[in-house]
Amino acid sequence: MSAEHTAPLEDKEAPGKPDSMPQLVLGFVFGIVFGFLLQKGGVAKYEVLMGQFLLTDFTVIKVMLSAIVVGMVGIFSMQALGLVKLHVKPTRYAANITGGLLFGIGLGLLGYCPGTGAAALGQGSYDAIPGILGLMAGSYIYAETSGYLGSTMQNIGNRGRIMLPDLIGTRVPVFLLIFVPLLVASLFILQRLTP
Amino acid sequence: MEYEGGAWSPYLVGALIGVLSMATFYFSDKPLGISTAYARLAGLVGNLVAKNHTGTLKFYQDKTPKIEWGVMLLFGVVLGAFIAAYTGGEIAAAWVPPLWQERFGPEAGLRAGVAFLGGVIMAYGARLAGGCTSGHGISGALQLSVSSWLAMLCFFAGAVVTAMLLFGL
Repeated sequence: MSAEHTAPLEDKEAPGKPDSMPQLVLGFVFGIVFGFLLQKGGVAKYEVLMGQFLLTDFTVIKVMLSAIVVGMVGIFSMQALGLVKLHVKPTRYAANITGGLLFGIGLGLLGYCPGTGAAALGQGSYDAIPGILGLMAGSYIYAETSGYLGSTMQNIGNRGRIMLPDLIGTRVPVFLLIFVPLLVASLFILQRLTP
Repeated sequence: MEYEGGAWSPYLVGALIGVLSMATFYFSDKPLGISTAYARLAGLVGNLVAKNHTGTLKFYQDKTPKIEWGVMLLFGVVLGAFIAAYTGGEIAAAWVPPLWQERFGPEAGLRAGVAFLGGVIMAYGARLAGGCTSGHGISGALQLSVSSWLAMLCFFAGAVVTAMLLFGL
């Protein structure tokens, strides 16, 4: 039941092959747009991000849910038309949960996430600089432990590229028909509660 | 104390990020994601310092340290945010955010130390979880990845607890 729509199997990159020049330029242009939007949305600001975690400012959730709803409808429509393929991330319960909690602790301390940290640097919040150096250091420390983790924690609860519809045994279109209105409704409720 | 929010509506900004996601899928066959770029940059530094050792690490055999699409995306984010802040008159030019200063004082060293530590823990967590607020929180979530919804819940849980501890209940 689940296997056929659990997305394309692998998106392994070819390690030796560099991206073409047009793709490098596109990446840069997409980045400019992304950074511009993050700053205009206010989510490059320490006060806005911490406000979300102190539950006094709900800008971050509003931005994220809106992006998810529009992207979800758009990308699944494009996939149905054969225009794009999905890149569903693999589920490894132990690593997702442990890594997620660590990420959250780091996020609470730094007050910027990897994307908004880069945007914070762009808007002149210089405390993003030690944050970015920390991000690089932490990534390298992870690489040091990646061999060990690959044979241990990454294998606990390794379920492959499963999607939410797989959990309840339904098909993607049916799931979207219920889930998208739910997400939209939660945005409306959010706006009523925290205008 | 009240702080300035965003210049644009969060719903508009979010919707446009959704459209941007569609564009990256269509034109580049890639989801928006930022954190791997920091790992690649760290690998490039690692190559300068200890090339043989960096080459032996399993992670860097999959994610070669190089300037690729994602690293260019990261560079673009810095420039794009600068353009937005500059044109909107919102350049902060500060080492300590106002909210932090109100609670912990104006000392930049303390803020920098905590920021660095936060970055280290966050990047380790991102690599272990398989993505960050962009890769999991937006791109993975909108594709209904189970891992992404789970990771996002954990991101928020960890951040809320940490923020409450830092700033008091």
